[in-house]
Amino acid sequence: MALLEVEDLRTYFKTREGEVRAVDGVSFSLEHSKMLGIVGESGCGKSVTVLSIMGLVQTPGRVVGGSAVFQGRDLVQLKGRELEDVRGHEIGMIFQDPMTSLNPTLTIGTQLTETLRRHLGMNKDQARKRAVELLEEVHIPNAARRLDDYPHRYSGGMRQRVMIAIAISCNPKLLIADEPTTALDVTVQAGVLDLLHELRSIHEMGVIIITHDMGVVAETADDIIVMYAGQIVEQATALDLFDRPEHPYTEALLEALPQVEGEGIREGRLRSISGRPPDLLDPPPACRFAPRCAYAGQDDCATVPPDLREIRPGHWVRSSHPTSERAAAPVGAR
Amino acid sequence: MSEQMDGASRASTNGNEPLLVVKNLKKYFPIKGGAILDRTVDYVRAVDDVSFTVRAGETLGLVGESGSGKTTTGYCVLQLLKPTEGSVRFAGKELTTMSRGDMRAVRRDMQIVFQDPYASLNPRMTVGDIVSEPLLVHKIGNRKSRRSSAERLLEVVGFNPDFINRYPHEFSGGQRQRIGIARALALNPSLIVCDEPVSALDISIQAQILNLLKDLQNEFGLAYLFVAHDLAVVRTMSDRIAVMNSGKIVEEGPAERVYTNPTDPYTQALLAAVPIPNPRRMQERRAERRKHKDVLAEPV
Ligand SMILES: Nc1ncnc2c1ncn2[C@@H]1O[C@H](COP(=O)(O)OP(=O)(O)OP(=O)(O)O)[C@@H](O)[C@H]1O
Ligand SMILES: Nc1ncnc2c1ncn2[C@@H]1O[C@H](COP(=O)(O)OP(=O)(O)OP(=O)(O)O)[C@@H](O)[C@H]1O
Ligand SMILES: [Mg+2]
Ligand SMILES: [Mg+2]
Repeated sequence: MALLEVEDLRTYFKTREGEVRAVDGVSFSLEHSKMLGIVGESGCGKSVTVLSIMGLVQTPGRVVGGSAVFQGRDLVQLKGRELEDVRGHEIGMIFQDPMTSLNPTLTIGTQLTETLRRHLGMNKDQARKRAVELLEEVHIPNAARRLDDYPHRYSGGMRQRVMIAIAISCNPKLLIADEPTTALDVTVQAGVLDLLHELRSIHEMGVIIITHDMGVVAETADDIIVMYAGQIVEQATALDLFDRPEHPYTEALLEALPQVEGEGIREGRLRSISGRPPDLLDPPPACRFAPRCAYAGQDDCATVPPDLREIRPGHWVRSSHPTSERAAAPVGAR
Repeated sequence: MSEQMDGASRASTNGNEPLLVVKNLKKYFPIKGGAILDRTVDYVRAVDDVSFTVRAGETLGLVGESGSGKTTTGYCVLQLLKPTEGSVRFAGKELTTMSRGDMRAVRRDMQIVFQDPYASLNPRMTVGDIVSEPLLVHKIGNRKSRRSSAERLLEVVGFNPDFINRYPHEFSGGQRQRIGIARALALNPSLIVCDEPVSALDISIQAQILNLLKDLQNEFGLAYLFVAHDLAVVRTMSDRIAVMNSGKIVEEGPAERVYTNPTDPYTQALLAAVPIPNPRRMQERRAERRKHKDVLAEPV
C-alpha cells in the first residue's frame, strides 16, 4: 500500500469576486521512502495542495472534496487533536522561510526539545541528549554548544537545517518540504538538498518537495508532478519527464530554462511561452493550457477537458496533444 | 526612429577606452557603536577594491551570492551611492568628482532596471506617464511628443500603445517589468544597469524578458551591467562574467571560459552548486559538490 494516496482533492477559496479553484481534482500517490517533486509556476496550487493534505487551509479556503489517505486514515476527515498528533509527529513539515517558523525568543534547544517532549514524552535530559544528536545529524558544527543559541545567531542555511531537525525529530514517515531552499543562496541550497537526500535514505521517509525550480527536482526527486492552474498536467519518473516530456507546457517550460552548460548560449534565444497562467476565478473551460498552447488547434481543446491519462506505463499527461502523439510542427506559425 | 532613438547624440568615448571603466572601487558602510551610536566602530566592506570595464554594446554579468556587493557596485557606478574610494569613468569622463549639473546630463545616458516590478512603479501614475517621466524630468519635447514617445516605447517592449492610459496594478509582474524597461529606454541610454531584472518572475515570463533585453541590445547597441545571483540567467545574457564574493571580484573573464574552466575555488564551488535540470547527472553533481565542501563551509 502506498504511504500517501491523494484522490481528487479539491480546495476552493470563496472570495468576493467568486470562487477561486486553487486545487481542482488533484490525485497522486507516494510510495514509502520515495521523493516526490511538485513543480509549477507561482499560484498553480502547490502550497494549497499540501496545506490541504495537512488540514492547514485557512478560511476563506475549504477542502470541498477528495481524500488524502495516509497510513490508512483520511487526513481530510481528521479534526482537532487527532490531526495535530499526525502533524509534526507522523508527518514533518518544512517551509520556505525558516525565520518565520522559528521563534526568535526561544533558544534552538528549547524549540527542539519542546517537540520531543510533547510528541514523544521524553524527559528533559533525554530530550536534550536527542536534540544534540539531531543537530549533529543535520551537520550543525559544535552541536552541544550551539544548542543554547538563539536563532539569530544561526545563518540562514543553519536555520533551515534546524527546521529539518525539528521536522524529523519524531521519526516521521512523511516529510513535506514547501520551497525549503528558495530563500537560500545556491551554495547553501545545495547543502540542504543533499542533506534531505541523505536523511530520506537513513530514515526511510517519503518526501514531498515543492519547488518552482526544475533543477531542484531534477537533482532530488524520484518522481515529478507538474502542476498548472490548479491541476496536475503531467506526472512521471524524473528520468522520463526530462527525457521525454509529453505535455506542451512541460516541454515549453524546459525549453524556457536558461542553461549553465552548452554552446551558443549567449547568441541564442530562450523559448518563451506567450501570455500568462489563467485567473483561477475563471479558468479556461476545457484545457487550461489551451490559450497558451502552441498545438491547440481547431479541435476540441476549448470545449472538452482532457483527462489525466497514462500515455505509457507510469507516465501521465493531461493534454490532447502530447509530444509522442503529434506531428513535428506546431499548429500555425509561432 | 525618432531623435531620442537614433543614437547620434549618444555618448561616445574617444579612442579605445571602454564605455565604462571602474577602477579600485570601494564602498564602506560605517557600523555605528557607542552608547548613543555616535561612533564608527567598524565598516561593512560592501565593495572592496573592485575593477572592471564594460564596452559599448556589451554585457558584463556580475554574479555572486546574497550580500556579496553586486547591488552596491551597480549603485556606485550610477553614482546613486557615493563611492568611498576609486574611480568610475563613463564615456571618457570621471564621475566621482563630477559636479551635480554635469552629472545630470550624464544620468540620461545611464539607466537602471530594478528587481521588483511592483515596488519600482508609482501606482498613481498612468503607464504612459511612468514611461515618459524621464523625458519630462530632462525637459525633452512637449506634451504631445512625449505622448507619442511613450506609445513608441510601449511598442518597443511588445505592448499595445493604447495601454498608455492604464495603471500599473492592471498588469502582471512580467508586464510591469516591461514597463520598467520601456522607462529605462526613454532617454536612449548607452548603458543600463539591470539589477536582478527577472528574479521576481516565473520561468515562462522570465524568458520573455531576457529575450526582450537581448533584442533591445541588438537593436540599440546597449551595454548592460547585468547583476543577478542566478548563474544560468547570467550566462545566457553575458559576454563576460565577473564573480563577486565578499565585496571582491574573485574571477573575471569571457563567459564561456569562466563557466567551462573556472580557476577560482569559489567560482568552482558556486558552479558545482547550481542544480542542473538533468536527473541523469544527479550522482555526478553530488560527488562534484563534495569536493568543494571546505570552500563553502558556512560561518560557525
Ligand atoms: N486566501 C486566499 N484567497 C484567495 N485565493 C487564494 C488564497 N490563498 C491562495 N489562493 C489562490 O490559490 C492559488 C494557489 O496558491 P498556492 O499558494 O498553492 O500557489 P503556489 O503554487 O504555492 O505558488 P507559489 O510558487 O507562489 O508559492 C493561487 O492562485 C492563489 O491566488
Ligand atoms: N546602506 C547600507 N548600509 C549598511 N550596509 C549596507 C548598506 N547597503 C548594503 N549594505 C551591506 O553591504 C553588503 C553588500 O550588499 P549588496 O546589497 O550590495 O549585496 P548584493 O550582492 O546585491 O546582495 P543580494 O543578492 O542579496 O541583492 C551587505 O553586507 C549589505 O548588508
Ligand atoms: Mg507556494
Ligand atoms: Mg542586490
